[in-house]
Amino acid sequence: MGLLDYANPTRFLGLVAAVMPWLVGLTVAVFAAGLWLVFFNAPADYQQGETVKIMYIHVPFAWLSMFCYVTMAGSALGTLVWRHPLADVSAKCAAPIGAAFTFLALVTGALWGKPMWGTWWVWDARLTSVLVLFIMYLGLIALQETIEDPARAAKAAAVLTLVGVVNIPVIKFSVDWWNTLHQPSSVFRMGGSSIDMSMLVPLLIMAVAFSLLFVIVHLMAMRNEILRRRIRTMRMIEAAGADGR
Amino acid sequence: MTLLGNHGGFILAAYGIAIVVVAALFVWVVVDGRNQRRALAELEARGVRRRSGGGREGGAA
Repeated sequence: MGLLDYANPTRFLGLVAAVMPWLVGLTVAVFAAGLWLVFFNAPADYQQGETVKIMYIHVPFAWLSMFCYVTMAGSALGTLVWRHPLADVSAKCAAPIGAAFTFLALVTGALWGKPMWGTWWVWDARLTSVLVLFIMYLGLIALQETIEDPARAAKAAAVLTLVGVVNIPVIKFSVDWWNTLHQPSSVFRMGGSSIDMSMLVPLLIMAVAFSLLFVIVHLMAMRNEILRRRIRTMRMIEAAGADGR
Repeated sequence: MTLLGNHGGFILAAYGIAIVVVAALFVWVVVDGRNQRRALAELEARGVRRRSGGGREGGAA
């Protein structure tokens, strides 16, 4: 059975039911390992002290805020180009998760910024472009909820998602293109990571843990959306039957 | 607080808010799933069946 066979929602629901217990177990184990390393193994930063512990959640949230949008952009292509039956389900269900992760990136960033920079917020390119991303997520959620027909909502949201994808490289390279209070990239940069392994390993493990969490919530939300559309179809059939009587 | 340095309050607030929002996300998806399964069961109990009976309802339901 190929990957495209899971385009069938019924097969997809079966796959989700089969992998979910393993995914949950794996996620709990990776979170336990990551949090143990963060709180009992990783050293304090020589400049920031223990405040660096905020990095272990702030950075994964920031990465996932962009990853979620890239997932939605891929799904938008799937909707518009390949008309994949699950593509718009995927895009619709990723939006609230992306909004939550972006919100958490902004809030944890502010809570890290206040003691380190002396301010909760500055209108620099990085922070402002992430705020724009958050507003875009809210706009996409509103658009999807406004149009009742899922197929029409999917097309409108897919076009808007693809227009908004231009913000992702702006977020990523904002710290290189403009003078920002936010520090430049420390992990994914030319010449390799500038973070010591004692901090990099827990950071990457926490990033994997949050990525797994994203996969779990996304799959659960997709399962719910498939059921919601199934219910909508059945209610329409029931209403048509009642009219015919 | 001393275990987490001079800024322990900021660290606890960051992790606390993260836990609350992630938990809310999880509760939302679990409750929504329960509601959808209940609604589907009610329709099936009334004898309503989809025409495809298990086919493709991704895009336009």
